[in-house]
Amino acid sequence: MAEEKAVKKKRRKRGATSDKYIINMEGVEHEYDSGSRGLDGVDLKIKYGEFVFIVGDSGSGKSTLIKLLLRELEATEGSVNVLGYDLNRIRHRKIPQFRRKIGIVFQDFRLLKDMNVYENVAFAQRIIQVPTKQMRKNVPAILASVGLADKYKTNPSDLSGGEQQRVALARALVNEPTLLLCDEPTGNLDPKNTREIMQILDEVNQTGTTVIVVTHNSEIVNAMQKRVITLKKGVIISDEEKGAYIDED
Amino acid sequence: MRISTLFYTIRQGFRNIFKNKLFSLASIATITACLFMLGIVYCIVLNAQNMVKAAEEGVSVTVFFEEGTDETRIQQIGEQLQLRTEVSKVVFVSADEAWESFKTEYLGEYADGFTENPLANSEHYEIYLRDVSMQSALVTYLESIQEVRRVNQSEIVANTLTGFNSLVGYISIGIIAILFCVSIFLISNTVTIGISVRKAEIEIMKYIGATDFFVRAPFVVECILIGFIGAAIPLAIIYFMYDQVVAFIMERFSILSNLLQFLPVTTIMEDLAPVCLGLGVGIGFLGSIVTVRKHLRV
Repeated sequence: MAEEKAVKKKRRKRGATSDKYIINMEGVEHEYDSGSRGLDGVDLKIKYGEFVFIVGDSGSGKSTLIKLLLRELEATEGSVNVLGYDLNRIRHRKIPQFRRKIGIVFQDFRLLKDMNVYENVAFAQRIIQVPTKQMRKNVPAILASVGLADKYKTNPSDLSGGEQQRVALARALVNEPTLLLCDEPTGNLDPKNTREIMQILDEVNQTGTTVIVVTHNSEIVNAMQKRVITLKKGVIISDEEKGAYIDED
Repeated sequence: MRISTLFYTIRQGFRNIFKNKLFSLASIATITACLFMLGIVYCIVLNAQNMVKAAEEGVSVTVFFEEGTDETRIQQIGEQLQLRTEVSKVVFVSADEAWESFKTEYLGEYADGFTENPLANSEHYEIYLRDVSMQSALVTYLESIQEVRRVNQSEIVANTLTGFNSLVGYISIGIIAILFCVSIFLISNTVTIGISVRKAEIEIMKYIGATDFFVRAPFVVECILIGFIGAAIPLAIIYFMYDQVVAFIMERFSILSNLLQFLPVTTIMEDLAPVCLGLGVGIGFLGSIVTVRKHLRV
């Protein structure tokens, strides 16, 4: 009962009970300096608390979309609104503040090699200036939730791919983000680790965090029955609730 | 910003030096080599200028007076000369002193044949200059004084010393400027390469939401420390080696001991230490700021 209350509270805090959009893209185009188009007139609305898969072949614009959502790239046309921030107008010094509300997980984990597991996760807390005392509670708790409580002193290079991705996930989640962006999070993992990572993501979503997963993995997309947005050549060709992976081949 | 965050960034800067040993060693070695070269050239230039200055100080202008000029007027002229900025010292030589000096230097026992002072009208001033290049200006002034009969000057020596001094000045400015530019180029390149290989690390920090300050501060601390160590090493080497090198030169070239007047190492260090430390720390600071900035646009 108490656990249910806590989850409800978290969902409310993360806006998952509202009807508002966490992501609102209208007529978004992005053209690279080379002249190639990453996105071509994308309209996309995602509500707080949703779980969305973004699928598509290589070069379909998935990575461009993630980079636009992170404000690593700027739209050449159209508007991108994420977490209430107008990313076309956001000031450079405000970007860190914006990114602190987002958790990010990459295919290649991107852990800091000269830091151990604990330090990698604590680093995310250090950035938002969490007091050391609080950090000493939060970091072990999040490591325990991804099943790495006993590996906090280990260097990332001594962990398996699945374990490294869990560390990356713990780092992304430790600051309790409202939005979690996962760019091919299971791309380097075996089926068992893939299932476990997806299970953690589903649990995270249950607590109100909006989860967006970019993937090539049709099995997990089909198994999870979530919203699926399919991109092709920079255009959204389908957007279905409880959708399936559309295999172009 | 929290105090703990500030200490964290400083601590990270120190830790990074040990973590990135290869980069740290390469940077320190480059800075040390460049500033050591700069220091040696600076020592040579400063000592050369000192020797020329010592030679200049021995150059004097002699001024003789018209017959019958009274002592009060001669004394007054002496006082006026002493007040001039280019004059370092004015020595009055009376007729008797001039004769005594002449006897001792040239005549010896043959002087006994003279009953009167043949240099009775030769009281004069020997005027020593601060800057030998001002000699012609002083001579013009002296010749404009009514009571002055004759002015003796060693124009060739003065011109040679002035020319040599200018030459040393120009060459040293040229060499130091070239070394300075080469140092900045080499050191900043080393810092740039060292930081560029950590581009991925900077990117990760930015994705997580680190501010530019948070990313930059440990790099700045690290590079300042590297710059400081890289500057301190050549200074220490020069400080401890200088006296031994000077002693070696004096022993080998003892015949030139009157000409070779070396400055004490403390005088050399007065300017060299702040210049080297400023360069090392400054380049470390600027190098890290500029290089990290390139990677902050993530």
